Amino acid sequence: MASTACFVIVSKNDIPIYEAEVGTAPRKEEVAYQHQFILHAALDIVQDLAWTTSAMFLKSVDRFNDLVVSVYVTAGHTRLMLLHDSRNEDGIKSFFQEVHELYIKTLLNPLYLPGSRITSSHFDTKVRALARKYL
Amino acid sequence: MIGVGKAKQYGNVLDKPLSRGRQEVSLSAFAFLFSELVQYNQTQVDNIAELERRLEDAGYAVGARVLELLCHRDKGNRRETRLLGILSFIHSTVWKVLFGKVADSLEKGTEHEDEYMISEKELLVNRFISVPKDMGAFNCGAFVAGIVRGVLDGAGFPAVVTAHFVPIEGQQRPRTTILIKFAEEVLRREARLG
Repeated sequence: MASTACFVIVSKNDIPIYEAEVGTAPRKEEVAYQHQFILHAALDIVQDLAWTTSAMFLKSVDRFNDLVVSVYVTAGHTRLMLLHDSRNEDGIKSFFQEVHELYIKTLLNPLYLPGSRITSSHFDTKVRALARKYL
Repeated sequence: MIGVGKAKQYGNVLDKPLSRGRQEVSLSAFAFLFSELVQYNQTQVDNIAELERRLEDAGYAVGARVLELLCHRDKGNRRETRLLGILSFIHSTVWKVLFGKVADSLEKGTEHEDEYMISEKELLVNRFISVPKDMGAFNCGAFVAGIVRGVLDGAGFPAVVTAHFVPIEGQQRPRTTILIKFAEEVLRREARLG
């Protein structure tokens, strides 16, 4: 079953540092811009919500038509945001946790400037593999 | 031989597990490395304030990483959203992982609402350092102040953090105090959260 899913990592300063279309549906150009727009619009809601709870997984914070935005906030206020149309909450939570570990390993690199773009192709490959596995 | 070990060889660092690893690092190795860091920075700057700022920036990078790693490893993915929470996180968890013991004390400043102090009888980084008289109030604890600032900044509590020597009667070496002064927005948010 084809599913749309757009995954973005937004740093503390509201700058996207990684993005990937990880859905199984064929990619369409016009829709990609709309996905980015929806995710950016959800940032405000995430910011307010993040201070009300000490959990990292914030479940779904916003909706647009039939697309849902789920967010996972790390300790350093880096937001892992997923725009999707499926309802598989456990799968999404596991996906976020795995990507969080990958992010920490990237961060531990002393030559990586926190808040800069993640350009490693290995990181990209692993995220896509995780998306296929959990989403 | 260098490079030959019993550990499994991983192709890429992203494949290695985020395990606890070895808890201990050689103190002498760290002391040498830290002294080299200070000496290198001394050659690059003209005055003491600049030197302190550079050490702080080095610590800031460490703090940002330590925050993420420890929240994931030691706190089971719980974030800190309150002021006292993040301060006790630094005072116990961060100090324990970095220096092997919790900090000596955590106090709230009496004159101002936004000041807190973490005190340590002898900072590990200062153990093998003696500051010449002509450098005045310079404190290599600026590195630790940078670590604390990195942790606070990363967690969303911007603050100005400095390290000071506080002479104590009856002891030869002065105590070191890390002074944390939070920004306005932190206090406002704390008041709002109730």
